[in-house]
Amino acid sequence: MSVVTEYALSALLLIGGFFTLVGAIGLVRLPDFYTRLHAPTKATTLGVGAIMLASVGYFSSTGAGPGASEILITVFLLLTAPVSANIIAKAAMHLDEKPVAGTKGNPWEQ
Amino acid sequence: MITAALYITIGMVTLAVALNTYRLFRGPDAADRVLALDTLYINAIALIILFGIALGTHLYMEAGLLIAVMGFVGTVAMSKYLKRGSVIE
Amino acid sequence: MSTRLGFPQPFLSVILFCVWQLLGDGVSGASIIVGLVLAWLLPQLTRGFWPERPATRKLWLMPVYVLRVLVDIVMASISVARLVLNPRQPEPAFINYPVTLENPLAITILASTVSLTPGTVSADISDDYQVLLIHALDTQDPDQVIADIRRRYEAPLLEMFK
Repeated sequence: MSVVTEYALSALLLIGGFFTLVGAIGLVRLPDFYTRLHAPTKATTLGVGAIMLASVGYFSSTGAGPGASEILITVFLLLTAPVSANIIAKAAMHLDEKPVAGTKGNPWEQ
Repeated sequence: MITAALYITIGMVTLAVALNTYRLFRGPDAADRVLALDTLYINAIALIILFGIALGTHLYMEAGLLIAVMGFVGTVAMSKYLKRGSVIE
Repeated sequence: MSTRLGFPQPFLSVILFCVWQLLGDGVSGASIIVGLVLAWLLPQLTRGFWPERPATRKLWLMPVYVLRVLVDIVMASISVARLVLNPRQPEPAFINYPVTLENPLAITILASTVSLTPGTVSADISDDYQVLLIHALDTQDPDQVIADIRRRYEAPLLEMFK
């Protein structure tokens, strides 16, 4: 494996880990349910995507050949993340989850 | 170099899993717990992939794929249950 | 009779076939045969659940749109990361977004895009598909958010779907 690939793969791995961690920190730190919803849908999806890319790159460079499963997992997560965010938000509105004080506008009645 | 990056990343994802677990137990509401579980399964996929890279094998990818599919179905089922009181109407 | 035995959803069939090839380890004679059978059987079995095939035009614009969304996902994650690591509390807002698209598939794509891109999650849609409820993580000006979404995402989708 060349030095450049090694650096690139390491960077991708660290970026992936960083965004996954940011998503989790957001889940703990943000003030109400609706703001917490943002962290996992965006940061975690990108984090796992970067880790998958690193995996594809790693297995291509070691000669094992890139696996198709990583790409399938990434595409699947990208497709399902908005759907699960939407359906959890609907459930939260049904449970009458209160938005944090200072939120402009109101959630709908379910 | 890449080994060090790999272990640092595994550490970060493990920390993320711990934080998610905190939110899972803390709540305060059922919707928050579902959200925490949703994030947890995605992080579990990341951990499995990293483990696969560390061992240099492709075998764990299938497990990751299965978790991705089952986790999504689980999230939808739980949200549906919270919203309607039953999963299949 | 021929319509009942054909491929009611050609796109779905192609996608199923490709996914089956990716799932196995490499393309072989067996995987092609099984893939063809699945690509025929699954759309047939689920045909009752599919809505009318959407009227599309200019579908070649789709790759450009997907690329733009992928770039925006990276931007979105960076901005969310900065917000999360910043000690200041965000200023969230619920926004009612009036949808001008009519095609259900186009609205689905728009809602998913909104969820994946900077600072916004689509939370609900009204029963007549006219208004989309969007939660913005940090915004001073809701009208600006509406204008951005309309310009960046809804205009290209309007061009793609009649």
